[in-house]
Order: sequence, then C-alpha cells, then structure tokens
Amino acid sequence: MTLLDVEHLTMRFGGLVAIDDLSFAAAEKEVTAIIGPNGAGKTTVFNCLTGFYKPTVGRVTLNHPTGPMYLERMEGFRIPQKGGVARTFQNIRLFSQMTVLENLIVAQHNVLMKASGMSIGGLLGLPSYRNAEKEAVELAKYWLDKVNLTDRADWDAGNLPYGAQRRLEIARAMCIEPILLCLDEPAAGLNPRESAQLNELLLNIRDKHNIGILLIEHDMSVVMGISDHIVVLDYGRKISDGTPEHVRNDPVVIRAYLGEEEDEELPPEVAQDFPESVQKGKGA
Amino acid sequence: MSVNNQKNDMLALLKDAGIAGLIAAALALPLAGFKTFDVNGTLTAEPRFHWVLVAAIVTFVGRFTISIGQRTFFSSFSKAAGSSAGSIGAFIKKNQTTLAILLLTAAIIFPFSPMANRHSLDLAVYVLIYVMLGWGLNIVVGLAGLLDLGYVAFYAVGAYSYALLATNFDLSFWICLPMAGIFAASFGVILGFPVLRLRGDYLAIVTLGFGEIIRVVLLNWYSLTGGPDGISSIPKPTFFGMAVFSRNAQDGLPPFHELMNIEYSTLNKFIFYYFLILILALVTNFFTLRIRKLPVGRAWEALREDEIACRSLGINPTNTKLTAFAIGAMFAGFAGSFFATRQGFISPESFTFIESAIILAIVVLGGMGSQVGVVIAAIVLVLGPELIRELQEFRMLAFGGAMVLIMVWRPRGLLAFREPTLKLDGQDKKGDGT
Repeated sequence: MTLLDVEHLTMRFGGLVAIDDLSFAAAEKEVTAIIGPNGAGKTTVFNCLTGFYKPTVGRVTLNHPTGPMYLERMEGFRIPQKGGVARTFQNIRLFSQMTVLENLIVAQHNVLMKASGMSIGGLLGLPSYRNAEKEAVELAKYWLDKVNLTDRADWDAGNLPYGAQRRLEIARAMCIEPILLCLDEPAAGLNPRESAQLNELLLNIRDKHNIGILLIEHDMSVVMGISDHIVVLDYGRKISDGTPEHVRNDPVVIRAYLGEEEDEELPPEVAQDFPESVQKGKGA
Repeated sequence: MSVNNQKNDMLALLKDAGIAGLIAAALALPLAGFKTFDVNGTLTAEPRFHWVLVAAIVTFVGRFTISIGQRTFFSSFSKAAGSSAGSIGAFIKKNQTTLAILLLTAAIIFPFSPMANRHSLDLAVYVLIYVMLGWGLNIVVGLAGLLDLGYVAFYAVGAYSYALLATNFDLSFWICLPMAGIFAASFGVILGFPVLRLRGDYLAIVTLGFGEIIRVVLLNWYSLTGGPDGISSIPKPTFFGMAVFSRNAQDGLPPFHELMNIEYSTLNKFIFYYFLILILALVTNFFTLRIRKLPVGRAWEALREDEIACRSLGINPTNTKLTAFAIGAMFAGFAGSFFATRQGFISPESFTFIESAIILAIVVLGGMGSQVGVVIAAIVLVLGPELIRELQEFRMLAFGGAMVLIMVWRPRGLLAFREPTLKLDGQDKKGDGT
C-alpha cells in the first residue's frame, strides 16, 4: 500500500528551480531510496516532506492510519507530531550537551507532555506521570540496545564518536514511533563495517516495526543492499524510478553519474559500484 | 644560535615597547601636554612637555617589563591560576549537594547570628532579591537559551502591579503577589509572541528595547504611575491579615508581634523581610529544579541545543519558548512585588537597563543553568561592590578587573557543568540538590 504519495512537487528559490515537477510514491514496509549526484535536490525533497520548506507547487499525501494528511499544508512541527514522520539530518543534529538517554526522552516529548498534564501533574509528582516516564525510559532502553549504545547511555551525546552519533540520531527519530522514517545520508562518514551494521539496523526497522523508510544516500553498498525501490534525481528532475536492478542498468542513470563518454577508464571505486552494467557496456 | 635568537627577541621587545611609548606620547600630548589657564576671561595654554616625556617613558618601561614577564613569570602564573580555578570548580561539582545544604543552613541561621544587624540584613535581602531574579532569568537564558536583555521590565511590571493594586484597591500582599506574577507572565507572553521567532542577537536587541519601552511608559504615564515621582507609601505585607512588626494595627486584629509575644523592634521587621524573600527565592529554585526534569524543561534545554532538531521531533518551538518566557517573567513579577513592599516606594529609576545587565551577568558568571552558581555569582556581584567601598573611585575598576579575570580563567562561568535530568536504571534516586 502506498504510504507517501508525492505529486508534481516543485520548489523554486527565486529563479532557481531546485525540484522540478517530481512525482513518486513510497510504500509501506519498504525502503525507498532517493539518489542522485550532488546538488540534485535530494535534501530539498526531504525538507519539503518534513515541513522545513513549503513547496511552491505540488501535493504530498501521507496515508496515515487515521486518514490521509496533506503534509504541504501542515505546520513543520505537526508533521512528526500528528503525522508520525521522523527524520535525521545530513549534518548530525543531536542535543550535544544532553546525555544520550535524554536525547531519546526528548524525542518522546509529546507523549510525556500529555502524561504530565501540561506539567501540572508532573510538578505534583502524580503517579500517572511517573509511569509514563518509566515507559519512556523503557522505549529509550529498547532503542539504545538496538543501536548498541546502552553502555554509553549517560554520556553527553556530543562526546560520542561519529558513527555512534549517527546511530543515536536514528534511534532518536525512532523514539517518536513514526510511520515513515526519513534518513538523510545515514552512512556518510561511516566505515564499511559500520555501513554493514547500518544496513542490518535499517532492514530490522523495516521488517520488525513495519514502517516505511525514505533514504537519501551516496553509499551504493547501502542503497543497493537494502532498497526496495529507488528514485533517481538529477537537476531536480526524476530521471529514473524502479527496482535497484532496473536503476542500476538504466543508461540515463549511468550517464548522469558518469558523464557521456563511455570509453574512458573508470576509477576503481566507481567501477565497484556499477560492476555489471559498466563492464557489460565496456565488454562490447 | 640561541644567543643570536635571544638578541633578536630582545630587539623585538624593545621595538614593541618603543612603539607603545610613542603612542603614549602622541596620546599624552593633547591630554597632558598643556595646562590651561583662565587669564582675564581668555583661555590660554602653557606647554608642559615634561609630562609627555614622563608618560612615554613610563609606558615604555611598563610595556617592556610586561613583555619580559610574560615570557617567564606570568605565563606559569596564569597557568597555575587557571588550573587551580579549574580544580576548585571540580571540587564544587563533586560536593554540590553539601555546598547547597551549607549555603541553605547559613542562610537560615544568619538572621539569628551576632552578625545580623540592620545593615547586614538589609544587604542580605538585597542579595536575595538578585538571587531570585537570577534564578528566574536562569530559566529563560540558562535553560531555554533565549538571551533576554530586558528582564528588568518584568520586575518593573511586578513592582508596579503590586504598588497600584495595593494603593488603589487596598488588596493585601498575599493577593497581590500572585496577581503581580500573573501580570508579569502575561507581559512575557505579549512580548514573546512577536519576538520569539527571532534568534540570538536579534532577540537580545528586541528584549532590550522592550525593557526600555516599559521604563519610558512608566516615566511618562503620569496619571497612572506618577511618572518620575513614583508611587509612595506602598502598604507593608501582612501575616494572615495581621500587621507585621508595625505600630499601626490592622483593623480589628492585633499586630502579629503582640500576638506572638515577640518584642517590637525594627530588627525583627528586617528578619521578617529576610525570610519572606528567602522563601520566595527558594520557591523559585525548587520550581526550576523540578521543572527541569519534566518534559517541558527538557524541551527547553533541547531548544537551546538545536531548534531545528526539536521541530523534527514534533516539539512546538513557539509554545515551548513562550512558557519559558512567561515563567521567567512570573518569578520576576514576584520579586518585583516583594521589592515594592519592602521599599515602600518605587520609581522608574529602580528599573534601568543596568539592572538587567547585572542580573544577566549573575546568570552568565554563575555558569548558565547552574543554580548554585547563580547564588555565588549574586553574592560576588552584589556584595562585592559593597565590600570594596573603601577603594572609592577605584571600586568599579577593581570590580571590572575581577570580572575579566573570572572570564579569562573560567570562560563558561564559575560552575559550568550540567547535571543530567535522568540516568539509566534509576540511578537518579537522590536529587542533585542544587
């Protein structure tokens, strides 16, 4: 079933067209990757979906269990609050002077706020609030365990190594109990072993928690490894859309990434990412 | 080689000192080079170039000595001072609870100690008002990270609310106190709505402007506030309807001290004020400590850390900031009404920008967000200038110098550390007591 339906999304900044008439859909319980060369407008798409930008044209429909929601009309903070759309950021945005555990508790703000009776029940120390806090800690512990940070729960988030910060950001996003998780380059700066762990984590989230994942990523081992569906952008336009197999062999995509000339010797790291297609092309 | 190096070094230092001397001479020429006379109504000047020479030589020698000293003595000295300041900070961090209890006990015993007299109690009340204001502003600046340069406006709103309500409608202190808090909080919301979209420096400028607007309105709305004449004969607080340590009994009821068989004396009156502000300040403190551990308090701190991340987690930034602003303003309102009732007279002069600056300095110097830090900073900043009165005109120089030194050695405030609001597996059983 379609979870997110993006129709004719266009975003202009003055004269610059960052996204041009983009339509795609993301399904439930699937990983949808958005890839494309630098400056293709991937992060802008995310910012439109999560309310940081208001799109110039277009409709973004989220098929929430309570009924469809039009994200482009909602105030930024309501999209995670009511719609259950969580996101992470390309440059990590943790609450760096707060502890790891606090980061995960802050993510459950709306649930706890309700339980604390607009803080009055909390100030009086009512048991209902204390129970809610205990549950929040339990959820946080679950995710700490998932991302392997339990032993560092009381560290300041800013003191964690880079890879751990990335994992914590994903755990924090999961603590709002989303139905759609948007990850902006989660594998950036990770080493191959950490990337592999990330793949495992994301597949686990998709399968066990039954949510949709929207992924922006440059690391092809992650994209090809876990995506069910890939959307390729170039200069704000969709140039390809389909299964990893389809996208990998699409000549338009190869041209966008590697340029027009096909006789040139490929750098080894690129050749690794596109082994079959390129070798097929060259073998002729 | 090294001898050569040293020689070059010396030359560089001499050159540096020479330039400093020349600049001093250039500056001294118009400032000290001429003495003016009034001869038969015309102004004449007599040169006295030896003073210029003196200035140049003193600067030259001084600069040279400092440079030499920096190489040898000062660098090790400042390092040692810095590390000792650091270790004091670590010591305080470890014994925070003990320190808080000690401070509290000292505060309770103080009025009954032989040190207590009219003057010292008055000073203590003065310090406690600033402690309370510092704790209030700590919510806004320390927790929510909103730089508010016009905090004194809410203090003024509280003071005038109490003064006007009490003089015009004969309401008692205990009714006016919450009302003054509510008034101040609503002013916080009214100001907050338009300006909380702004960030950092812009917010600071707008709040600075708001503080001045309130003062100017108080100064010019003569029919309501009495303008520069202020409001006088503000009623004193009562104790369950009984006058407290006052010769004129409240109608029908005996004064409190007669009922309790306490001898009438002005000292007891001061003790009463002392405990009143102590309780108000402690309420502020306990409220802050408690709300820090609630979702709204954590959201304030998260907002200070990263507003964009907060939005992505579904936290409403405007509402969250508004609550911080309103609650901070409310405590300023309480402090304001206490100020009004203790002074018995208020005028716009008490609510100038410098008050905002002092309160902010208390919060920043104490270490943003640290409750014990605010107490220590308030004592240093309010009591300090009083204690060094003997220095006379050098008082402010010494005071400024001390602040510079503190900021050099502890740039993030005296007690710059943050206690987590909860720890894993309920290790949070005992409160941090700060």
